[in-house]
Amino acid sequence: MTLIDLANPTRFLALTARVLPWLAAATVILLAIGLYQSAYAPDDYQQGATVKIMFIHVPNAWLSMFVWGVMSIASLGTLVWRHPLADVAAKAAAPIGASFTFLALLTGSLWGRPMWGTYWEWDARLTSVLILFLMYLGLMALWRAVDDPSRAARAAAVLTLVGAINLPIIKFSVDWWNTLHQPASVMRMGGSALDKSFLIPLLVMAIAFTLLFVTLHLAAMRNEILRRRVRSLQMMQASRIAFSSDVAAGSRQENASKEVGAA
Amino acid sequence: MTMSLGPYASFIVMSYAAAALVVAILIGWVMLDYRSQTQRLRELEDRGITRRSGRSATEQR
Repeated sequence: MTLIDLANPTRFLALTARVLPWLAAATVILLAIGLYQSAYAPDDYQQGATVKIMFIHVPNAWLSMFVWGVMSIASLGTLVWRHPLADVAAKAAAPIGASFTFLALLTGSLWGRPMWGTYWEWDARLTSVLILFLMYLGLMALWRAVDDPSRAARAAAVLTLVGAINLPIIKFSVDWWNTLHQPASVMRMGGSALDKSFLIPLLVMAIAFTLLFVTLHLAAMRNEILRRRVRSLQMMQASRIAFSSDVAAGSRQENASKEVGAA
Repeated sequence: MTMSLGPYASFIVMSYAAAALVVAILIGWVMLDYRSQTQRLRELEDRGITRRSGRSATEQR
């Protein structure tokens, strides 16, 4: 099945119906393994047991940027290729991305208090992620503000692509500026700085959360397609009512003119 | 094997609890939204409003 085949919403719905149960099962299994490994990972020699927050904070932080990346590709699909499901994908991803970003900020804050002595610091990494969260909220508000989905899609696509400038700023903020946040320790030149006892649970949790995103995203896209079907059927119903009332008014007028003629 | 969370246990537990709560809300939102949309489509179809193709709007196969 190619990307063009998936342009047909009915075919896409058939695919999600087949794939979603398997994806959900794989997500639950991987999350269970990841949580077990995280629970029994050793304490860090400096941070103690608070290192366990990393297993939940880092996957959410990665996903906060990954989801915006997915939305940016979908926005290109809307503006350049005019793929019928591109704006459905972008719209469905936004609340999920906003939730992951919120969790990254919250768990980071809860990790920061015991380690840095503060819940919040206006440094480059934290501030750029907060801006990302606000952009997610702005995008969701924009989708709600415009009634016509195709008009909203174009405006949201432009905003998403402009917002993508923030992704490299978030990624390299710890290198470009002197921040309280630590520099990259997993994806960096020269390999990961993390010991395997931390790296393996972290990667399992990252894959589990990514699968969770894929599952929720496909389900939310299915819902969005159904919502648009509801909208088009409601418009069809409204036009039928308008047409029948026009016909009734026309026949009343005709009868009235006949009566006047007879008089 | 026992798990000791040390002096900052409340921060660790709150992080995991918050993640669990947000994920549960997301799953609940997706499931309730699906139920609501399929119900609205069925109501419209029961009133005789169908797609031009004549196929059911809730059809997924």
